[in-house]
Amino acid sequence: MRNAWTIARREFRHYFVSPIAYAVAIFLFVVLGILFYISVSFLLTTGEIPPDGRIVMGNMVFLLIWTTPFLTMRLIAEEAGSGTMELLLTAPIRDWELVLGKWLGAFGFVGLLLAVSWVYPILLHRMTTPGIDQGVLLVAYFGVLLMMGAILAIGVLVSAFFRNSLAAGFATLAVILVLWVIGSLASGYGGVNEIVRYLSFSDHFFDNLYQGVVDLSDIVYYVSLTVLALFTASQVVESRRWR
Amino acid sequence: MIRTYGLTKYYGVHPAIQGLSFEAAPREILGFLGPNGAGKTTTMRILAGFMPPTEGRAEVAGFDVVDQSLEVRRRVGYLPETVPLYPDLSVSEYLGYMGSLRRVGDLEARIEEVLEEVGLIERSESIIGNLSKGLRQRLGLAQALLHQPQVLILDEPTIGLDPAQIIEVRRLIQELGKERTVLLSTHILSEAQQLCDRVLIINKGLIVAEDTPANLQAQLAGAEQLIVRVVAPDGALTQLIARIPGVAKVSQEPGSGEIHVATSPGHDVRAQLARTIVEQGHDLLELRQAGVSLESVFLQLTQEGVPSGSRD
Repeated sequence: MRNAWTIARREFRHYFVSPIAYAVAIFLFVVLGILFYISVSFLLTTGEIPPDGRIVMGNMVFLLIWTTPFLTMRLIAEEAGSGTMELLLTAPIRDWELVLGKWLGAFGFVGLLLAVSWVYPILLHRMTTPGIDQGVLLVAYFGVLLMMGAILAIGVLVSAFFRNSLAAGFATLAVILVLWVIGSLASGYGGVNEIVRYLSFSDHFFDNLYQGVVDLSDIVYYVSLTVLALFTASQVVESRRWR
Repeated sequence: MIRTYGLTKYYGVHPAIQGLSFEAAPREILGFLGPNGAGKTTTMRILAGFMPPTEGRAEVAGFDVVDQSLEVRRRVGYLPETVPLYPDLSVSEYLGYMGSLRRVGDLEARIEEVLEEVGLIERSESIIGNLSKGLRQRLGLAQALLHQPQVLILDEPTIGLDPAQIIEVRRLIQELGKERTVLLSTHILSEAQQLCDRVLIINKGLIVAEDTPANLQAQLAGAEQLIVRVVAPDGALTQLIARIPGVAKVSQEPGSGEIHVATSPGHDVRAQLARTIVEQGHDLLELRQAGVSLESVFLQLTQEGVPSGSRD
């Protein structure tokens, strides 16, 4: 576990020298800032601002879906491509520690981005009386964290298949987008439809957590998806040894 | 320290190494000599715990490389052929990262020590991306030494270095070999000759010869050739030289003052040869070995295709 932590710290720090991470962060907050400004000024012209702290959260989730693949793409693919994988696989660390550390590092960075995004609800809180509904906001943020955990785990998994970072990035994006829209394939009820709907990445979030509803099944969905993806990723890393 | 039993590795259906069995004793520098694609890197990767063999077993520092992989990896320092570095880190950050993964105690002091050892101490804050090839190689070596491993596995440690750096790295390896087992691969024969206590020549995944560099030269190549240059040699001298034990054949080159002396395998007659000439009142101008070098042994062995001394 200590090894995972060491790797996580290294990956977390790497984001601060990575141009891609800066690009993602700047893009995210510039767009969110503009959206925040537009919504607030629009709401001001129509009267009272509703005390909804999630004012830009829907947009943020959407932006994160498109950008997180580029935060996870290099995690394993780059090590494989540059030969440093040989260093890590001959160090006394277990394959799952490597995978977990990579994921934790990315999770830490996205967690930091999410923490910064609190400026919008805080600003809104000061602009409204008696302030925003904090309970719903907290649950929604908890939901975003869970969802991001799963997305990042998928990113680590996909990265483990590649030696080229960019290829891993686009492949991750494709996988996540499929999971994102898969729920809309469910046209009716029962049988396959229920399974497809259960798999949907977006419904577990927008239907419950985003509304401030904590349902165990949503938490189980995201956590098990995360664990499954990370477990598979460590199997993929191990299988590299046999090739 | 290292012991392998019938080590075999297939990539798909293509065998990279087949039934390699060898040993390396503590404090021995064992050289792996072979053309590119002979299976050197594959063998080293297996011993470093990077990948398991398809068949056979290997023990490093008393642990099985498959079943006790972590124990092996704790005790091995490994420098792969392409030096694995993170270009965005500084030299000391890189070693700090590797050191904490390897749980090196008193890390900062140890990093300083190891940087001193490889001669990188002034560059400890440099970003790796800006280092020259030679410095990177040394950093790779520092990484392999950091946790004071009992066994060092170095894959082509001098490749891509300039002549001065090569000499330096070789000196360092020799120094390291005094305290630990070193397995190094190279395709430079003089390097093996100079550094190694013992040499394994492998070709197409098979061991084709195994001995000390000197013996390989002597035994496998047969007779050795010495060239002597004397002021005004005469027939009496050549007859005397022919009587020296170990001399197989003597011939005088007319005009040049050169005498060619062929010796039997395993005999070093140079000292007695020199004495004989001087005692006869001749002035000895030159005495050199024109002997078959490891180079020709190597070429002979690796081009035959069929292993001459297959060991299984």
